[in-house]
Amino acid sequence: MNIARLLKQFPGVRSEDGASLVLPRELALQVAECLKNDPEFKLDYCSNVTGVDYPDRIEKSKAADGSETSKKIPGFLETVYHLYSIENKQGPLAIRVRTADRTNTRVPSLTPIWRAAELQEREAYDLFGIHYIGHPDLRRILMWDDFEDHPMRKDYQEPDDYHYEPTPHDEVLEKARKHYGAA
Amino acid sequence: MAQLEPPTAQRGYQILSSRDLDAQTLEVAMGPHHPSTHGVFRMDVVLDGETVTKLKPVFGYLHRNHEKIAENTSWIGSMPYTDRLDYFCSLTSNWAYALSVEKLCGITVPERAEYLRVILAELTRLANHACLAGFFVNDLGAMGTPLLYALREREKILDLFEWISGARMMCNFMRFGGCRNDAPEGWLAATRKLVAHFPSFLDEYDRLLTGNEIILARTQGIGILSSALAIDSAMSGPCLRASGVNYDIRKVDAYGIYNRFNFRVPLGDHGDCYDRMMLRLLEMRESLSILEQALKEIPEGSVQNSAVKIRNFKPPKGECYGRIETPKGELGFFLISDGGTSPYRYRIRPPSFINLTVLEDMCLGQKLADAVTILGSIDIVLGEVDR
Repeated sequence: MNIARLLKQFPGVRSEDGASLVLPRELALQVAECLKNDPEFKLDYCSNVTGVDYPDRIEKSKAADGSETSKKIPGFLETVYHLYSIENKQGPLAIRVRTADRTNTRVPSLTPIWRAAELQEREAYDLFGIHYIGHPDLRRILMWDDFEDHPMRKDYQEPDDYHYEPTPHDEVLEKARKHYGAA
Repeated sequence: MAQLEPPTAQRGYQILSSRDLDAQTLEVAMGPHHPSTHGVFRMDVVLDGETVTKLKPVFGYLHRNHEKIAENTSWIGSMPYTDRLDYFCSLTSNWAYALSVEKLCGITVPERAEYLRVILAELTRLANHACLAGFFVNDLGAMGTPLLYALREREKILDLFEWISGARMMCNFMRFGGCRNDAPEGWLAATRKLVAHFPSFLDEYDRLLTGNEIILARTQGIGILSSALAIDSAMSGPCLRASGVNYDIRKVDAYGIYNRFNFRVPLGDHGDCYDRMMLRLLEMRESLSILEQALKEIPEGSVQNSAVKIRNFKPPKGECYGRIETPKGELGFFLISDGGTSPYRYRIRPPSFINLTVLEDMCLGQKLADAVTILGSIDIVLGEVDR
């Protein structure tokens, strides 16, 4: 696969580790279409679609005079597609599309290009909260419809609303105390 | 005595003309307790008469967020959890995970372990496909008998699994860089015996089922999946090949030592339910041929790469996507390591789940009873669908 040609054709597409492509959101559909239909790539088999969460980080650096400065690096959610070509017998090529940050989580859906992404994008929406714009049927899939959070995010806190054991002990007792008050 | 009156609309009856009846569609929730959904799976079906006009699969009844659990435990700690993905085929799930971690860390596997893995994976394929054929005709209404024939054969394979790993279904047998233990004395001989006897079961099954008039009528031309749609929707495994796409990961990736074996990849012609069932019967014969070769060639030696630490196992920073051909299709693991003792990201690519993407397309315009046939021919396991 001649990735260099693709990088030249679409300025803005980057290859960070030499193996996978990072697509800017506004180019994602165009590049994906090229990857699927271009005779050199023919990546017609979109095997795996998933999300990855990179939370906000705080990077501390020490200046020469000993004073510490901390810089907040905003996190993002990333959706990864693993593509194979059945016709050209090649792959996998991973393509990544990143959200602006962890609250504005809109990315274009690639379901119009690979039907295989339909259920898997729904799963990433459900578990990570990535909003795929253009998905035909973006609903929760594994969690129930009125569930509120996105459990695969790294900072997910399980809700404090389940029924406690009748005779709680150890950690459950701690939680029950917190939930019901010290009494 | 009160006089009986004919029912009128005022008294709560509604008198329908036949035209009204034509316009009615009926919404049926098939599952999660319907026996033909093979577990806790629901299909919300809209019916016009008996014809399916809309079908929405509903998932999640068995969801326990395996991926989150795995990200909070050690690398080897999720090996037993992979048993619970496709609980019919725990050994292939083990292998897929072990293979992906080995790829991530560049671990080599000793020869004998590679052979053992192939033998166990192909035995799993035999057990799974035999059962699939049994459950499939069970769905068609052949209650009991053919299924019990299949389960009888599966028992023999499960006995072998118990002998080598200590467990019939939750084998938890593969490790990074090999297998947990070597085959006990007599195990290989018993496997050879089973492999020698298995063709007689296949012949029996063939005679019983493949020419059966009811099976032909119920499966041929039902649930046709075109090869273009199969590729587009990333169908994998026997369902993909039944649509005529020559794509077997054992051939394409030649992972493990599959390039040493001589076997053929059966392909379907029409992509209907009949092809999907027949393909499994043919695949079993190829599996037997692989087993014969592997059992003949298996060398002596260690089954575990001793350089791999089990405690405090830390892969280098990086990511990888590893996949194998399980009986259900392509089972992949996408792993990201940050250099720590647990995975940063642990993603399973479940074949059963993704094969359901086009369930609606296959069922539209078919009868409700055919939707059962189609679902049965895809071969799903809910442990893997819901994870």
